Amino acid sequence: MTTSLPHHVEPAGRSADGAALSCVDLHYAFGATKAVDGLDLRVEQGEVFGLLGPNGAGKTTTIRAITTLLPVPPGVVEVFGHDAARQKMAVRRLLGYVPQQLSADAGLTGHENVALFARVFDVPRRERAARVAQALDAVGLTDAAQRSAGTYSGGMVRRLELAQALVSAPRLLILDEPTIGMDPIARDSVWERISDIRAGTGMTVLVTTHSMEEADQRCDRLALMHRGRVRALGTPEELKAELIAHRRESGDADPRPPSLEDVFRHFAGSGLGDPGPDEQRGEFSDVRRTRHTASRVG
Amino acid sequence: MSAVPATPRPASADAVPDGPVAPDQRFALLLAPPRARGGLRVVPARVVAMCAVELQKLRHDRTELYTRAVQPALWLLIFGETFTRMHVIPTGNVPYIDYLAPGIIAQSAMFIAIFYGIMIIWERDSGVLTKLLVTPTPRAALVTGKAFASGVKAVIQAVVVIVIAAALGVALTWNPLRLLGALVVVLLGSAFFACLSMAIAGIVLTRDRLMGIGQAITMPLFFGSNALYPVDVMPGWLRAFSAVNPLSYQVDALRGLLIGTHAHLLADFAVLTVAALLGIAAAASLLGRLAR
Ligand SMILES: Nc1ncnc2c1ncn2[C@@H]1O[C@H](COP(=O)(O)OP(=O)(O)OP(=O)(O)O)[C@@H](O)[C@H]1O
Ligand SMILES: [Mg+2]
Repeated sequence: MTTSLPHHVEPAGRSADGAALSCVDLHYAFGATKAVDGLDLRVEQGEVFGLLGPNGAGKTTTIRAITTLLPVPPGVVEVFGHDAARQKMAVRRLLGYVPQQLSADAGLTGHENVALFARVFDVPRRERAARVAQALDAVGLTDAAQRSAGTYSGGMVRRLELAQALVSAPRLLILDEPTIGMDPIARDSVWERISDIRAGTGMTVLVTTHSMEEADQRCDRLALMHRGRVRALGTPEELKAELIAHRRESGDADPRPPSLEDVFRHFAGSGLGDPGPDEQRGEFSDVRRTRHTASRVG
Repeated sequence: MSAVPATPRPASADAVPDGPVAPDQRFALLLAPPRARGGLRVVPARVVAMCAVELQKLRHDRTELYTRAVQPALWLLIFGETFTRMHVIPTGNVPYIDYLAPGIIAQSAMFIAIFYGIMIIWERDSGVLTKLLVTPTPRAALVTGKAFASGVKAVIQAVVVIVIAAALGVALTWNPLRLLGALVVVLLGSAFFACLSMAIAGIVLTRDRLMGIGQAITMPLFFGSNALYPVDVMPGWLRAFSAVNPLSYQVDALRGLLIGTHAHLLADFAVLTVAALLGIAAAASLLGRLAR
């Protein structure tokens, strides 16, 4: 690093304080649609961080900005101290990414799908076969490895994608709705595998999900997004406590202890939103996309 | 799920079987990231990776290989044989079918490459490209890899057409160096046309539009080249187009190498190399549009 850095970037500052990911005032617009509108986010090393929010909240757009797929200005997104705008290659080496849509190549076998990612992450040839085998083993696909991925069920494709992401030993694993359309047992086993790997590597996980149960059980901390911004942040317990406090203030005497779903409804539900702009935000295409994924998975 | 493993899985078909071995040992290799490959060595590495994928796909599904052989065979058999008898196209002392064979090799390779962008759009829609764009692969290296991968297909196609031509009695060279040179020419030409296709894909963004554009430009490229007839018989305007058409340089080089006609090999190689490099640059700069 040279001294010619602009003053707002501290070379040793943010990277030294050890966040796995930080976004500072992230904006991204598709034409007139402000998909992400001033998002601040900080994910600590080693935690499982859940990004929640209703359809169209901007979760996927945020992830695509972090993964260098969308152009962002310098100084906005940093992954382990590497700027996503200036050090794209360094950032990508640290990332494992499972996108929202199913993305295995149906023309290849499971093994070949993973081997491709071993190759493009420069795994040396002598190590490649063993590493691919371990990645497939980690997601329980060893038996199906020689079959075409086109014959996999949705849950198997998701696990294959996880193997593709894990083969490069990422330090930040980004999962965009990883368990959509999976049955509860398959879902649990995927999470167990992630925990196994995390136990060994201290890998950080950033995950989006619409399952409040999953968020409650699996995530250390959560951010609730709505309309491109973080509306609430904290551990599941903190968020629930916040809702209790809010209820008390507003004199709303609901005797039951709130669930995370209540928290979600409180921050993202119709109570908060004025309906107007929300309807113009391409909700139809969101629903269609989600259904599309769901039908391909299920 | 056709090939279900013999051991029945309780409760969920997709459940991950729990292994008896401790996780730290089973996943030992997944704990440390691979060493980064530096600088320019990334490009050949990605080219190898993309070509390997292309070969794996061809190995799983060979139908494309067979169906693609039909058209060039018909061109040589019907058009070639007929026009050889008619003696209407002045090809000197070379029989017309011999003259035509290199043109058909170039044409069939171009047809494969010019629709390669459809595959890129398909990969975009299916999320495969998106994930590749999040690997330590500069866009130019990805495009180069894809361009050569399309070249792999084209080279296999060229070999098939060479065999068909030889079976039809075309007097081709069997000099291995010349044959190798011909395959390099096919590779370079395909790289250019594949990049052209990927660049257009980056502009139009949908399969249908790219399909239409591909169909609209293949015929002018083909007829506006020396693939079917010598440049001398063309009207001036067509000759001008042929002079900027990379396909003409590809055919010229192939003819020189395979049939032994007079060719401008150095110029041909130079033009094809520069065209391929320009194509890579154009496609790489437009590829990002497919990521958004
Ligand atoms: N490629 C695109 N072009 C135009 N608008 C887009 C595009 N991608 C997303 N949007 C819009 O940006 C907004 C945020 O979308 P995004 O996909 O980030 O939401 P999300 O939180 O991931 O939703 P979901 O839970 O449904 O996946 C939406 O209004 C959406 O319509
Ligand atoms: Mg999304």
